[in-house]
Amino acid sequence: MSWLTNFVRPKIQALVGKKDVPENLWHRCPACDQMLFHRELSDNLHVCHHCSCHMRISAVTRLDMLFDDGKYERAKLPAVAADPLKFRDTKRYTERLRDAETRASEPEAIVIASGEMGGVPTVVAAFDFSFMGGSMGQAVGEGLVVAARLACDQGAALIAIPASGGARMQEGMLSLIQMPRTVIAVEQVREAGLPYIVILTDPTTGGVSASFAMLGDIQIAEPGAMIGFAGRRVIEDTIREELPDDFQQAERMLDHGLIDMVVPRGELRDTLIRVISLLRQKTPGELVPKIAETGTTLAIEVPPVDALPGDGAPVASSD
Amino acid sequence: MRHFLDFEKSVAELEGKIEELRHLSDGEELNIADEVGKLQTQAEKMLRQTYDKLTPWQRVQVARHPNRPHASDYIDALITDFTPLAGDRAYAEDRAIIGGLGRFRGWSVAVIGHEKGNDTDSRIDHNFGMARPEGYRKAQRLMAMADRFGLPVITLVDTPGAYPGAGAEERGQAEAIAESIRSCLGLRVPLVSVVIGEGGSGGAIALAAANTVLMLEHSVYSVISPEGCASILWRDGEKARDAAEALRITSHDLLEFAVIDGIIDEPLGGAHRDSEATAKSVGDAVATALDGLRGLDGDTLRTRRREKFLEMGRNGLA
Ligand SMILES: [Zn+2]
Repeated sequence: MSWLTNFVRPKIQALVGKKDVPENLWHRCPACDQMLFHRELSDNLHVCHHCSCHMRISAVTRLDMLFDDGKYERAKLPAVAADPLKFRDTKRYTERLRDAETRASEPEAIVIASGEMGGVPTVVAAFDFSFMGGSMGQAVGEGLVVAARLACDQGAALIAIPASGGARMQEGMLSLIQMPRTVIAVEQVREAGLPYIVILTDPTTGGVSASFAMLGDIQIAEPGAMIGFAGRRVIEDTIREELPDDFQQAERMLDHGLIDMVVPRGELRDTLIRVISLLRQKTPGELVPKIAETGTTLAIEVPPVDALPGDGAPVASSD
Repeated sequence: MRHFLDFEKSVAELEGKIEELRHLSDGEELNIADEVGKLQTQAEKMLRQTYDKLTPWQRVQVARHPNRPHASDYIDALITDFTPLAGDRAYAEDRAIIGGLGRFRGWSVAVIGHEKGNDTDSRIDHNFGMARPEGYRKAQRLMAMADRFGLPVITLVDTPGAYPGAGAEERGQAEAIAESIRSCLGLRVPLVSVVIGEGGSGGAIALAAANTVLMLEHSVYSVISPEGCASILWRDGEKARDAAEALRITSHDLLEFAVIDGIIDEPLGGAHRDSEATAKSVGDAVATALDGLRGLDGDTLRTRRREKFLEMGRNGLA
């Protein structure tokens, strides 16, 4: 992958340098238990060298990976009521929010950014799972509303990248109503004739999967991502049966016709650029100058006619 | 069979006593009639005291009361010429969601509702009101048809939640709910929803992204069941009572948050004590809501519905 070696690696190295991760840091792969050298892991976009496990990554890491030259502008999220229910379980919700802010790299579970991909304007709404499991409350819902409005205003494609356990219970019904609110948001993008693409990452479940995250023009998933509505344990308790290991995994979703493709992390950017270009740069005239402008190589490969399965090959005519 | 909730037990005992006295006397003897009258007043007072200060957890019990009227009861009481329609045209007929065409106070409408069933057989047949993707896809189909013919849509919400089954997942439960919400929001005809019992999470809002969302007084509407919330946040399923309080799931809470548009009062002691009177109140409230929407054109109906949801939670909560 040329963009990976030429472009993403230096970018991510720069990032790693910024955060001062010690050179000798090791990670254990959660899937295969192998020890992985930090530098190598981040060079490989946090995909395990041994088993290809796609580890969870921050929203900012996503944005750096996807936008042209890693350049983008972050949108400001509107303020929302912090604790509308004055919710308290074993801990106050306000305390949980404070803890999350300290631990996570973001002030909420979503980051909205706009920039270009392959020279085409694009808005990304990326979830940060490290903030309360990427749960969707008012701030996240408002984030998607802002993202959709930005896309419409800028004539940009919208890419949503959920990583979420579902609704934020601590906001009660005010979190459930984010389902219709986010559906309205992405519908506005659709009505504006702009592409809306979803990249389902691990995990995408509950009220997030049952709203904006399943309504993309094109549904992409990362390998091995857990995608579903109900949680695995709830289903096992209901049907009193153990589920197969790959239940709710992206590859199985693909087999069941629920998504368009499973794309390894390293190929996501190229895939997005190609797909957005196909939907938006519809004439040869539109396409060529864009390539010249950005220097991005678009993978326009026209297969020779005889290589197309079931098409073009000589077929004996019969009635 | 009549069913009494724990906190209704003392009223039930008193009512049992009244019944007994009535049988004894045939209502002839004056002193017994007197006694019955006194006991009745006492029972009513007791019921009023209990229902005036129902806790959120008690409301959950009332919302799930086995004798509480269900969607089919409201359809029987309010819809004439009801013509049930079936199937998602792709895989199956899911009876957890019932629906069809009919007349509501003379007007042609489409009605869609979760149905829980009222005895063991019918509960199993309706899967306890827990829909699979096919149910939501049938709902989408009926909404699309109503839209084409310009018929208002009435939905009756009463579900513990979407069915958490393996097959339901693999046939796209999440997508089916998402599309159902989109169907609600895209309608160019009036959509009025009534939460008549349990408004359980995504499976409920799939039918309730409406111009007017009403709740019966003792129904509940929640992002997660109190039991589910307790086991996740408290790590103790026994804390459902606390979760029910914290989640703010009662009609009064949700009206305050402007998540719903109105409350329909229930008869003293809850809808299960007088389904006829409850159905009439529901009918009147739906008629009022539809009257207010009838003159609006399709674009206005859709725009207003969207704007209402987009504004939700934005003001006055900080
Ligand atoms: Zn591994």
